[in-house]
Formats: sequence, C-alpha cells, structure tokens
Amino acid sequence: MNEAVPWPLPGPATGHVPVLRLGDVLLVTLQGDLYDSTAEQLQRDLAEAIARSGAAGVVIDVSGVDVVDSFLGRILAEIAGQARLLAARTVLVGMRPAVAITLVELGLTLPGLRTALSTEAAMELLTGRAWPARSGGRHRGSP
Amino acid sequence: MDTAAGAQARLPIRSDMDLMWVRQHVRQMAAALGFGLVDQTKLVTAASELARNTLVYGGGGTMETTPLAEGGTPGLRLTFRDEGPGIADLEQALQDGFTSGEGLGMGLGGARRLVHEFAIESSPGAGTTVRVTSWVGRPPLRREEV
Amino acid sequence: MPEQAQKTSGSPTPEVRDFLRRRREQIAQRWADEPLFRSVFTVSRDEAVEAGKSVVDALAQVADAERVEDPDAAGFAAVREQLARMGAARSRAGLSTGQVSTELAALRPPVENLLLSDLQGASADHTRASVTVLNVLMGTLRVVVMQTALSEGQSLIDRQRLQLLEVATPVIKLWDGIVAVPLIGTLDSARSQVVMETLLETIVEQQARHAILDITGVPAVDSLVAQHLMKTVAAARLMGAECIVSGIRPAIAQTMVHLGLDLGNVVTRASLADALGYVLHQLGVGIVTPGPNGAVPR
Repeated sequence: MNEAVPWPLPGPATGHVPVLRLGDVLLVTLQGDLYDSTAEQLQRDLAEAIARSGAAGVVIDVSGVDVVDSFLGRILAEIAGQARLLAARTVLVGMRPAVAITLVELGLTLPGLRTALSTEAAMELLTGRAWPARSGGRHRGSP
Repeated sequence: MDTAAGAQARLPIRSDMDLMWVRQHVRQMAAALGFGLVDQTKLVTAASELARNTLVYGGGGTMETTPLAEGGTPGLRLTFRDEGPGIADLEQALQDGFTSGEGLGMGLGGARRLVHEFAIESSPGAGTTVRVTSWVGRPPLRREEV
Repeated sequence: MPEQAQKTSGSPTPEVRDFLRRRREQIAQRWADEPLFRSVFTVSRDEAVEAGKSVVDALAQVADAERVEDPDAAGFAAVREQLARMGAARSRAGLSTGQVSTELAALRPPVENLLLSDLQGASADHTRASVTVLNVLMGTLRVVVMQTALSEGQSLIDRQRLQLLEVATPVIKLWDGIVAVPLIGTLDSARSQVVMETLLETIVEQQARHAILDITGVPAVDSLVAQHLMKTVAAARLMGAECIVSGIRPAIAQTMVHLGLDLGNVVTRASLADALGYVLHQLGVGIVTPGPNGAVPR
C-alpha cells in the first residue's frame, strides 16, 4: 500500500544553491528539502553577490519547496533584511498553498518580504513596469 | 498486523542531516496514512520544529513515529525525546518569541498550533519529551489567539 | 505466566486461550454455518472457515495478553478490518444494528458447547470460571464489531460533510487575475479550512493577483471568523496575491467595532461591486458607461 506515496524531492546534497543573474536582478531557485547549512550558505552567498553585482533586486523562487519551517523562514526574512541594507529589494515567488497555510498557522507571516505568484510577476514588480491588464496569458511569454 | 504505513519507527536526531530524514520520514508516513497535502505539510513542519528543538536545546535525541487508529480514523503520533538540560518554565517556553537558541522562537508554540494534540514533559536535568498527535480529516483546533 | 493468570480468575484465561488454539479448526467450521458467516461469505465456505480461524486466532491472542475485557486489545487489530467489512456487509443487507448484534451473539453457543465438552471431569468451579472468561471474551468481540460499525458510520458522515463544504465553496473568476469567493453561512474551523485551501489553489491555477472574500452571506462576525479571514488574507499574501474583504454590512461593521475586532491592514469594502471597482482601479482598468445614444464618450 505504499506505492502511491509521494516521496519529497531530495535537496541538493550539500553546499550550493546557484545564484543566477538576469540584468540587475539575482534569481535563486530553491528545490526540495534543504539542509540548514545549505540555507545558511545561500544567505552568505547572496549577501556577497548583491554587494559584488550591485543588483537592485533578488527573486527567490520557492515553488519547488514543500516545507518551510521557522528556521528557513528566518533565513528568508534575513536575506530580505540584508538585501535591503544593500539597497536591493527581495521578492519571494511561487509559495505553495500548503506551505503558506502552514506558515500562517505557525505564526510566521514574513511581513518584510514582498511576494509574487510567478517569476514574471516578480520581475515586473522589481523593474517597476505597470501590471498589464490585457486579458489572457500575461504571466506567460516574454514581455 | 502492521498498518498500512508500517509500524513504529525511531529515528536519531544528532545533526541537521537527521532533521531532513525526520521530515522525509514524517512526510512519507503521513501520506501513507491518508493525510491531505496541507495536513502533511503541517505535520512535517511541526516535526521539523520539534526535532530542531531536540537538537539545539536537548543536545540531540530521538523521534518515534507511531501510526494510530481511533474508531476508524487514522492518526500519527510523534514523540521527541532528549536527555538535555530540560525546561524549567514550560509556560514561558510555549510563548511565541521565547527562545534560548536559534530560530524565531516559534519552535514549541508554533508546533503546538500545527497539530491536534500536544503534550510536553520536562524538568531541569531530566530531559524533555514532547508528544504530538494529528488525525486524518479533522479540522484544525480553534485558537483564541490571532 | 501462571501468577499473572491467577490475578484475573484462578487460571481459566490461559485455559481458554489453549482451548481456542486447540479447537481453532472446529470452532471456525461451526461458525461457518452460522448466519453471520454464511451470509457474508456466500461464494465459498472455505473462505468463511478461514475468516473464522483468523477471528479465533485474535481471540486467543487477546486471552494470551490477559485482556479479555478490553476491546482495544492489540489482538483485535488484525481482524478489526475484517470484522468491519462483515458488519458493513450485514448493514448493507438491511439488518439493523440490533440484528447484527444478535447474529454475533449466535457465535457464542457453539464455542461454549465445545469448551464444556473439553472440560468434562473438571471441577464445577473451574468450569464456571472458564465459561465466564469465554463469555466475557465473546462479549468484547461484539463490542469491537459494534465500535467499528459505528466509526464506519461516523467517517462516512465526516466524508460527506467535507464534500458538502467543498460544493458549497465556489471560487468565481471575475476578471483576468481577479477571483472571488462568496461566503454563505457560518464560518467554522472546518469550513474556513476548506475555503482557504480552495481559494489558494484557485489563486495558483488562475494566477490571480487579487482575491475578494465576500462575507455578505455570513450571518455574524465574531473574533473566530475575523481570525479565519485574517489567516486567509495572510496566506494569500505569502503566495503573492492581495485579498479584499467585501460585503461588510453596516450591522456587522458595528458589531465588529463593539467587539474591538480589527482586520488589520486588510482592504475592506462595503460591497462586492465596490471591491471589484477598487481592484480594477488598481489594475488600471477603467469602466466606461456608454453615452445616451450608445456612443462611448471621449
């Protein structure tokens, strides 16, 4: 009776979450379950990357993350806080409904973080362009 | 006569690698017992909070998972044990924001809001045991605090 | 464990346990002819005998654990599901709970007769004690079946309640990127959990940046309802969507102020139309009324 069990995706074994650069925005994609040390490493890497690149924004895609506990929540809040000190804005993207419900129940509403439904929406938020109100497909395709 | 999700299991909590095992094991058991996605996530998150407490404040310990059935409703009980210094003031430890280590101080109080039943035994020098239980398909508890 | 046995009733419990193990086959054979087994296992008598044997094994295990009065004894776990199926099959066949109970009671005499014949020559006291243990054990078996039958009914009710909730919570797309949930009726914990999950799933599906929670149909807003609304708004925000609460009738606004309830920095509007107008304005969409002769002004 165990065949239908969705086993969570294994996270990267150790160390590194890659930080991509798109114009003056840094993009980070978190996947699966993270070791505490991986999350802490990412926090340090991002501080360096922002300082080095002078990026104006950081987009963290958490659509592939199935658990955010208070530890990871704290790291995300601190990433946003340190980015703010370095004059960059942080947008958290694609949080799953189950994760959002759990965080609210846990009492973590991350008030300092901006959020968006998709990476495209986050990019629009950061690059300051108005949200297009035309119908259909606004979160797909390139601008 | 094992239930669908297997019998009791005990996992060590010695490092942050073990925390990941704890999360994956609880996720798998909760899914096998028929918990919905949201309830699975709540249980896994509660387990992560409590296992981290065991690791950080208790100096390590174990988590025991026990599948339950009460009148046809499956449930899952998680028991976290450590031999650490124990907690002198439980009331205070359950308050949000109280912390003597890392995290946002959401550990115990936060985990309590994610499960149906929560019990803690601790005294200075005697270690800490936290036992939480959730039932499939039962709505979350009413909470007075916002 | 003779000492443990004495604690309960002399040593009849191990006696009954041994009897059950020894007479397993015969008991199961006799049960297979009783209405309960005969009517559930209509196709194969062998199947009925096998089912009977597993029940006998469970009883022996319970006796071995000295738990003859305990319907939660571990020994019953192995046959609980089977017993539930049998009970359910009889209920489906139209039997009342009382009738199922009577059929279960009919399983006792054949076992008792076998026990009595095995105890020929034993003292009257010993015989009575052993028969008592058996009767208690068979009574406990009845309780187990009744328990499972009742909990089956309860879980059916729970499932139907949940389905009803899902049906009663439609999420409507109002505009590209705008969804709304008209809430009608009391907003308790179970209901608000379903509302929250349904709304958040729809937000992802529709990539809806705005969601309107309309509480026109909610009879009263107390601190619990306010808390549910706040949680839903907070969860939607974490996902990247903004919630607006609409349909706050004047009477409700008054009560909320009296109760000191505050929806924090949640945007609220009196009506669903006002909320839609607010969101469209946010999106930069203007709604223009055609002029008297159908022409669009400007």
